[in-house]
Amino acid sequence: MSMPFYVPPEQLVKDKADFARKGIARGRALIAMRYDGGIVLVAENASNTLRKISEIYDRIAFAGVGKYNEFDSLRQSGIRAADLTGYQFSRRDVDGRSLANQYGQIIGQAFTHESKPLEVEILIAEVGITAESDCMYHISFDGTVSDEKAFCVLGGDDASITTRLQESTVTDSTLKSSVQRAAAALAGPDRTLSADDLEVAILSRTSQRRCFSRVTDADISEMLS
Amino acid sequence: MSMPLFTPSNDPGSNFAELVKRVGLTPPHETWSGSVDVPHATTCVALRFSNGVVIAGDRRATSGNIISHRAMEKVVQTDHYSAVAISGAAGPAMDMIKLFSLTLEHFEKMEGRLLSLEGKANQLSIMVRNNLPAAMQGLVVMPLFAGYDDVDKQGRIWDYDATGGRYEEREFVTIGSGGTLAGTVIKVGWRSELSRDAAVTLACKSLWEAADSDSATGGPDALRAVYPIVATITNEGWSRVDDTELSPIFESFAEEMRSR
Repeated sequence: MSMPFYVPPEQLVKDKADFARKGIARGRALIAMRYDGGIVLVAENASNTLRKISEIYDRIAFAGVGKYNEFDSLRQSGIRAADLTGYQFSRRDVDGRSLANQYGQIIGQAFTHESKPLEVEILIAEVGITAESDCMYHISFDGTVSDEKAFCVLGGDDASITTRLQESTVTDSTLKSSVQRAAAALAGPDRTLSADDLEVAILSRTSQRRCFSRVTDADISEMLS
Repeated sequence: MSMPLFTPSNDPGSNFAELVKRVGLTPPHETWSGSVDVPHATTCVALRFSNGVVIAGDRRATSGNIISHRAMEKVVQTDHYSAVAISGAAGPAMDMIKLFSLTLEHFEKMEGRLLSLEGKANQLSIMVRNNLPAAMQGLVVMPLFAGYDDVDKQGRIWDYDATGGRYEEREFVTIGSGGTLAGTVIKVGWRSELSRDAAVTLACKSLWEAADSDSATGGPDALRAVYPIVATITNEGWSRVDDTELSPIFESFAEEMRSR
């Protein structure tokens, strides 16, 4: 019987992480940030049909970057888990933290046990009844769950986008100026993004049951002008 | 509960009812002998008007000769463009509505688009047919489905039979023990291009007459401020008619009777 070569665990994890990072960095980035009426999600996405952002439940949205088929199947599992919990118990019993932890488990499990880690990074955003209870959970390719406060950047060149976003001047926290800031941070100094290149959705803190809505291209154009 | 994961060959797709079955949350179909005495719900109507549909239902549930609930909501909004009204055994009916609404919402979220109105009506038909074993033992659930068709740009209405038979009607549908009485009233008053207000008044009138002659149908309860649920569905979606608009309508019916 042949013995496999010994690979130290540090090396194994590093190789997998490099592989996943490379896969994620190939795609376009996405920003989620709080504004005065809730949470806005802005993704650079040329496609009008293959979405990166979608609704999970009444107050919860999902956003993913990386390999489309992988994060889309995670999105579907999330909708299933949320709808089943709401069906079994009550709509109030569905919360973002629990979903984020379940995602962390699944992605972490794939990272350590599967031969290929998932090349995705996902975000679970939950708009609270009050602004203080808004939550954004960032789940990275190895299953690490982190809780972000003001904004969250996923995928692409996330370090420089984060820097650009932090350095951009904050005039006010309306939806319009938040979308402008996000679009500028995603674009960088050398290009500008138009409504066609962006996918924008909001979780608004309204009295309606379903808080998620997409912003149409016409409305995005108006916000960017 | 843990996140449900499926292999591609075993995936339930966007169907919530199928998902519920896969994870083992539906009770098995049991057959039992004898009959159970459960609350029953009664008269509901839906009629088409110029730019949509009006759907309405009384609020009473009865167990034999006893009024078991006075404020039951038998007309339920199932999504932005559709609503269901139910008659029959209240428990299974409420469960069916809950599963049906969730199925529509689940599909919308999974696929990123709404199910067609025809598709929704068909889905409800499957649920009614699945209830057939229980219906054979007296737990009949008889829904009525109404909605606005975004493609055809008109309101559409359906009624069903216990085997899941689905029948689209051009003018109006009525269900429940007072359905025949309400149907006669609507038949006499229905015109092809009714206005929204005329259609709401006609729906109220039909429930009023049904409640007047059918003991299992509740009339407007001014004492407890419980009025029938009346709603319109148009291209702008579902909109419930407020009690402040309903109370003068019913008051005018009462006034008319007093002056006879």
